[in-house]
Parts: sequence; C-alpha cells; structure tokens
Amino acid sequence: MTEHTPALIVLVPLVSALLLPILALVSKVLARGWTLVALLGTHAGSVSTLIYVLANGRWHYYLGGWAPPWGIEYVLDPLGAGMATLVSFLALLVAFYSGPYLKDAAPLKTGSFYALFLLVTAGLLGMVVTGDVFNLFVFLEISALATYGLVAMGGHRATVAAFRYLIVGTIGATFYLLGIGYLYAVTGTLNMADLAERIMPLLNSQAVVVAVALILAGFGIKMALFPLHGWLPDTYAYAPAPVTTFISAVMGKVAIYVLYRVFYFILGGTGPVLPALTVLGWAGAVGILAGSLMAIAQRDFWRMLAYSSIAQMGYIAVGLSLGNMMGITGALLHILNHAVVKGGLFMVAGGVFWRTGIRDIPSFIQMSRRMPMSMAVFVAAALSMIGIPPTVGFFSKWYLVLASIEASAWPFVIVIVVSSLLNAVYFFRIIENSYLRFRTAEEDEVAVGGTELPATMLVPMVVLGVAVFMLGVLSGEVVTNIISFALPWGTQ
Amino acid sequence: MWAQLSTHLQYWFIAILLLLGLYGILNKQNLMKKLMAMNIMQVAVIIFFLTLGQKAGGTPPVLIKGVEGAEAYVNPLPHALMLTAVVVSLSTTGVALALLVRIYRHYGDLEEPDVLRRLGK
Repeated sequence: MTEHTPALIVLVPLVSALLLPILALVSKVLARGWTLVALLGTHAGSVSTLIYVLANGRWHYYLGGWAPPWGIEYVLDPLGAGMATLVSFLALLVAFYSGPYLKDAAPLKTGSFYALFLLVTAGLLGMVVTGDVFNLFVFLEISALATYGLVAMGGHRATVAAFRYLIVGTIGATFYLLGIGYLYAVTGTLNMADLAERIMPLLNSQAVVVAVALILAGFGIKMALFPLHGWLPDTYAYAPAPVTTFISAVMGKVAIYVLYRVFYFILGGTGPVLPALTVLGWAGAVGILAGSLMAIAQRDFWRMLAYSSIAQMGYIAVGLSLGNMMGITGALLHILNHAVVKGGLFMVAGGVFWRTGIRDIPSFIQMSRRMPMSMAVFVAAALSMIGIPPTVGFFSKWYLVLASIEASAWPFVIVIVVSSLLNAVYFFRIIENSYLRFRTAEEDEVAVGGTELPATMLVPMVVLGVAVFMLGVLSGEVVTNIISFALPWGTQ
Repeated sequence: MWAQLSTHLQYWFIAILLLLGLYGILNKQNLMKKLMAMNIMQVAVIIFFLTLGQKAGGTPPVLIKGVEGAEAYVNPLPHALMLTAVVVSLSTTGVALALLVRIYRHYGDLEEPDVLRRLGK
C-alpha cells in the first residue's frame, strides 16, 4: 500500500472522478462525501510523501515496474511533494467550501461538478509528481480540459470566457508540446533526469534555444505572465466562485512550477535559460505594475482580484528570474503565500456574492457588520497581500527585495516597493467601505439584510485566514525545513 | 540551397501549417474558424513529431525475422506519443464544440464581435 503512495495520490482522484456522476445519481450526499474522503486521502498521501522525502531524499516510483528511461517514473522530491501537499490541501478546502453552492443543483450537475473538480486536482497533482516531460503534457491537458468545463458552469458569459480560455490555453499547451518535441529531437529521451544529463553538451544548440523559447511562451500563457494574461480576467470573473478560488489559488502556481522545474532542474539554469529568465523577470516586473494599476481601476471586486493575481504571478516570476538562493526562496514562499491568500480572498468574494449578490466595491458599505467573520478573513488576506509584518506576505516580499538587492536589480526593488503601495490602495478601498463608512438612511433601505455564511463556507475561509498568520510566524521554519530542500542546488 | 530544401522541405511545411493556425486564431472573427485554426496548429505539431520518427528505408517497428538492429526500423515512440496527442486534440475539440453549441443557442451567432457586444450587456 504505502510503496504505491505516489501513484495513489494521482489515481484516487482520477478514478473517483469517473465514478462520481453515477454516485451523484444515487445520492448527492454520497457524491459529496466520496469527493471529500477521496481528497482527504489524497492530502494525507501527499503529506506523508512530503515527510518521507524530507527525511529520506528523492523517491522514484516506476509506473508498472518499467524502469526509466523506457517507462514513466514519478519522482517525488521536496519540491514536487511540497507542491502536491499545497494543491491537495486547497482542493480539499475548496471541495468543502463548494457545498452550499451546489445545494439546489440537479444531481447530474453536482456529479459533474465534483467529477471535473477531481479531474483538475488529479491533473495538477500529476503535473507536480511526474518525472516525464510528455506525461506532464498529458496531465496538463487533463487539468486544462476539466477547467474549461468547470468555468463554463458559471452561465452564458462564462461559456464564452471558457471558449476563449480553451483556445488560448490550447495554444499554450501546443507550444509546450512543440518545445518538448525539440528537446526530444536532440536528446531522444523524455525522462527528466535522463534529459538533464544528455542535454548538457547540447545546451547551446539552436534546437534547445527554440525549445526554451517555446516552453517559456507556453507556460507564460498558462500562468498569465503579463503580455499573455488576456484570458484571465474574464475567466476569473465569470466562473463559479469555487472554481475561481481553486484555479486562482493553484493553477498558475503549477504552471510556474513547471517553468522552474524545466529551467533549473532539467536545463541547469544556464545557457539559453539565462535570456529566458531575463524575459521572465522583466515581463513579471511590468506585470506587477500593470496588474496593480488595472486592479485599482476596477469596480468589480472579482475583476480586481483577477488583475491582482496577474501582479502576484509577476512577483513569483521576478523571484525565479533573479536566480540566486534568496530569490528562488522568495518565489517559492510567494507561491505558498499567494495560494493561501488568493484562495481566501476569492472564497470571501464568492461568499459575499452568494449571500447578498454584491460584487461592486462601492456596495461593500458596512459589510463588516453583516459578515464579520468573512470580512475578518478578508482583512487578514489583504494585509498579507500588502505585506504587513506578521503575515506570510511580508516575508516573501522581504526575500524578494533582499534578492533583488543582492543581484543589484534596482528596478525590481523599486517595482516591489511601489506595487506594495498600490496593493494598499486597492485593498484599503474595500476595508474603508466595509468598516469605516456608514450608510445614509436611504441606502439603508435599499441594502439587503445579510447574515454570516454557513459554517461549510466559513470554516475553509477561516482556516486560510489563520494560515496567513501561522505561515508568517513560522516562515523561518518553512524556509529552513522545506523550501531550502526545494532549491535546485544543495539538495540530495 | 537546393540540398537544404530537399532535406528540410517537410519542416518548412510544418512551420507554415503552424503559423497558418496561429494566424487563423488571431485574425478570424468567427469562433468556429478559430477552433479550426487551433486544430490546424495541433496537426502541425503532430506531423512534426511524426517526422522526427521517420527514416528513409525503415520498416514498421514489428520484429521481422532476418531484419536485425534498430537501424532497420522506424522509431515507434513518436507515433505512440502522437496517438496520445491526437486523443488530447480530439477531446479538446469535443469540449470546444460543446461550448460552441451552448454559445450558439444563447447568442444565436458565432461571430466574436457580436457575441462580445452582447456579453457586455
């Protein structure tokens, strides 16, 4: 049993997804219960794998007993197992959170929602544990196709957003496939470890340069790197809240994980990777400013968060592009930070919309009276986004600033500091509206009464809200015990 | 020049096919045409992989008595990979068509500017 954990953390959600539409026809409660149990098992598996690899080093799992480079292997190192833990944790929380959303849905719709959700989870988990670049493409498409379906569940506008996302996302995946085609053409292998060995003498050949450019473009689209972010705002704004929460929290992170894996672990962070990193860094820096400015310009709360996501992906890109230890540590900590924080923020946004139908920022007046817990979670997450000291957001930005100084990348220092101020501007608008402003008498009549959300939605939110502070206080432990093992050098 | 063309002609075709697809996605207004252009792009990559596995005079990779050594056989791996890629491409097209049916039923149209105009309302 335990020696098959790496395969099980992918197979359990995958097989459950196939069963769910049938289970939902029998009973919706059964379908929901099954989903939660499957995700709980997956999370437990990921955590135990992470603990195992931190103690014993890299874990190679040969699927079907076929040794690489002929067979496909799953490779769990602290980086992959850490990402798997993050993905499965958020999947569990979001599945828990989505209960009230589906209360009135037809059985088949409930079943397909959970089935697609588990498929996305399985795809993302597969992407982080696989040790084969083509297998990664297959998992990428599994997660992407299921996401298109989930996004389209948000109504007629969401269908159009989903179609455009599908076209753009497929361009990204096709670029990646073409990129690994070039790598395969020069090395004749698809296994990551084998590839890393054989590519070294060929690093400066034209084929590898083209491959790096194509993979950067492909996953630049998937992670919504600045000039390639066009699909993101509509998708996030129109998709159902649990879906937006999940894809904003982990999908972009897994995309940038792949870039990190390919650039630093396969290609060794040298040769043609260096100009690619420069492009990544500058695109990230421009994206930080453009995303923050666009977020300030939004009236719709969801759209504001969507543009803020583009900015936050920019931070991670900047951290990776610096290429020093501090920068990559900061980027990985920011992956963790943004997954927790943006998950929490979209849960609050979705909860407020579900209860009151409010999405406009000016309508948030007095929201703190109506939903004290949700807004408290919002404030905690907003503080982390701005980077106020006890929260994890402060520490990740601190690492990024120190790394920029170490690399003498002064423009990046300025961008990070300025954008923190911009973050403060757009989050403070909401804090001001919901805590400090009072309604006039006539607005009072118009406003709908609202009460706090049901516990099923509140619990995951509060968990993330508390995690913001916990991870902040414990950020030193997280960095020394997990992240320092996930760096490309100095690992086992 | 001629020698280069005779050995690399297929790659030129693939490049043209790929850019044709990209052009169609960027430039066509009709959502159905965008989807077709996307398919053309995927086909270009599939042919690229198949070309990698091809070799002059190679036989299908089924062990034949008397034919020894890997040189005599075509590399089967790209074909196996592309079998998967074709399935992926097929399912993407399926999902896209399902979305298009829903868009057409609601908006009565597949021209992107019309759909986007009504989306704003």
